[in-house]
Amino acid sequence: MKKLVCFALAFSAAWLALRAQDIRGTVVGTAGQKRRIGIPDFRGSGDAQKFMAVFNQTLWDDIKGAGIVEMVAKTMYPTFVPQQPSDFQTPPSGPPTHSGGHLLTDWSGPPPQLDYMAFGYAGTTNGVFVLSGWFYDARPTVANHEILAKRYTGTSDEAGARKTAHEFAEDIIASLGGKSVFGTHIYFVSSRTGKKEIWVMDPDGKNQRQITHFNSTTIQPTVSPDGSKIAFTSYARGTPGIFIFSVDPIRDLRYYNQNASVNETPAFTPDGKQIVYASSASGRCCRIYIAGLDGKGLRPISNSTAIDVEPKINPKTGSEIVFVSGRSGPQQIYRMNMDGADVERLTPGNGEASNPCWHPSGQQMAFAWTQGYATGNFNIFVMTDLVSHQYVQLTHGEGRNENPSWAPDGVHLVFMSTRSGSKQIWSMLADGSQPQQLTTQGVNESPSWGK
Amino acid sequence: MLAKRKMSVIGMAVLLSVFAAGCKKKAAPPPPPAVPKPPEVVKETPPAPVIAQFTAEPGSIQRGQSSTLRWEVTGETTNISINQGVGTVQKTGSQRVNPSNSTTYTLTATGPGGTRTSTATVDVSSPPPPVEPPVTKPPVSIETRVGELQDAYFDYDKSDVRSDASDALTKDASALKSILNDFPGSVIVIEGHCDERGSAEYNLGLGDRRASAAKDFLTQLGVPGDRLKTISYGKERPQCTDSNESCWQRNRRAHFAVGQ
Repeated sequence: MKKLVCFALAFSAAWLALRAQDIRGTVVGTAGQKRRIGIPDFRGSGDAQKFMAVFNQTLWDDIKGAGIVEMVAKTMYPTFVPQQPSDFQTPPSGPPTHSGGHLLTDWSGPPPQLDYMAFGYAGTTNGVFVLSGWFYDARPTVANHEILAKRYTGTSDEAGARKTAHEFAEDIIASLGGKSVFGTHIYFVSSRTGKKEIWVMDPDGKNQRQITHFNSTTIQPTVSPDGSKIAFTSYARGTPGIFIFSVDPIRDLRYYNQNASVNETPAFTPDGKQIVYASSASGRCCRIYIAGLDGKGLRPISNSTAIDVEPKINPKTGSEIVFVSGRSGPQQIYRMNMDGADVERLTPGNGEASNPCWHPSGQQMAFAWTQGYATGNFNIFVMTDLVSHQYVQLTHGEGRNENPSWAPDGVHLVFMSTRSGSKQIWSMLADGSQPQQLTTQGVNESPSWGK
Repeated sequence: MLAKRKMSVIGMAVLLSVFAAGCKKKAAPPPPPAVPKPPEVVKETPPAPVIAQFTAEPGSIQRGQSSTLRWEVTGETTNISINQGVGTVQKTGSQRVNPSNSTTYTLTATGPGGTRTSTATVDVSSPPPPVEPPVTKPPVSIETRVGELQDAYFDYDKSDVRSDASDALTKDASALKSILNDFPGSVIVIEGHCDERGSAEYNLGLGDRRASAAKDFLTQLGVPGDRLKTISYGKERPQCTDSNESCWQRNRRAHFAVGQ
């Protein structure tokens, strides 16, 4: 019996590992080993010098955070660091030699063995921070090494240095077939003012600012597909009700709630013109409803006697909804068509499952699940195939892990974890690697990552 | 004329004195006094005293007021007394009393002929509560009374009313009727709460079901449903935050609050 269990465990571990690779391959479009990249420190002249530490750190973090290449440590680099293409010498004829960094082959050969490298320099002209950046495919097999050669400008301060680093990183990631998360936003709930309000921050946790000032309990933010609006739930008018705000400028768009003791868990339709949500309007909480952004034209979709919450429409097809229901016992994740037909349970029924979130491709779904852990101890999983119901586990009991939300790039996830001792927002790559804590003040939860 | 008047005065005086002397001389001797009959039976006891009257007026007073005892005893007596601290009294009299509680006074009249008693009762009632402005002594607030209502507790992931919750809600129902009667226009809010374990979104639905289950139970016992509102807090407002069953159970509840 013990042997059987061991075998089963080993088998599932191997299978999980296999699936983990699958998800990476599906998401980024590259299978197998990651390409190796080197980014030696850029140097600055004049006033630009004092901002180079911030620049180099930001560029490094952005490329590393993209998760699509392997960062080769700076300690493995040659001593001479080129700052522009003319710094590279033409390789002499004859057998390959090593010249301490003056040759591109010094970088593509051992020890760093780079596939790619970025280099450049910065200066200040008329109070403007100017970055000159190059991105090379260093492999000797390619004829044209230069992928990018571009100038970026910013204000002559740390913010300007950070901006040029983000933009350069965005171009590098795009040239590798990835999508940068620079410029995207993470909406979340924070209690740091004493009451739960909606906040927003940059993907690296910077620039955190407050959106709502209800001084009530305001929760469950979700961002519209074009990033121009957020919907959320608040007790600001007594019972939990839905609000829709534009985000730039921040303005209440005055969603009209139907009369119900509970209206909650809103989510936008893929065209951004309607929301689906859970409501007790027709009796016991809750059925799934759909309504316009003004609250008009509402109609129920699901029809069960149990608790149905958290509807999320497939962002690619717009034709199916995943949602959480207690209809078969403990809360599980189900799918159904937009008319409520063809209901199917996606999670196997053990433990409790919640927080479904579609991958931008519409083919996978992140969710929280207590499978394998005590009641209430959720971990982040990804269902990599909604037909076969196969899944991978991304967190493994490092505190409670809930509320997964995909980044627009489909490579990153943001989620809530208690691993640091309190509820905080973390990001990670889709394979569960590179967890990064984004918040520290107060209790922070329910992130929603949008444009 | 003067001489003639003098003459008649003297003549009247003489005449009067003659008459006076003559009356005295002619008075008859008084008859001998009647010999009293000796008592026929010397040993026989004399009649007992009679308590002709013993009353308390008025017979009912409020505490702090007084009543008057009146009595009249006839016949031969050697001692008359009233208990309750009044003491020895005369055969006829009155006495003002102000007992703090209802009191029965007993008059005892003792004579050679025997002892007789009679009672008079003064009923004492509490005075009505003094009329004071409500500012100095406020009545019990609706918040206090609602705060004394019992929570109804639930099983994990359930909104069925358990037997202990049924007992609690049955007591709450009669208290609620009284509260709603004493505070016209008031509304009571039934809050539904959950423990920390299920997802926050699902628990908002579960809390709503718990509050609704409690409301249904109460309305079936006659509590007016239009005076009860429900609100679910899911796991947003726990009353304890420990991760053990004792705390979880405390948070799985329907709780009462005064509506705004």
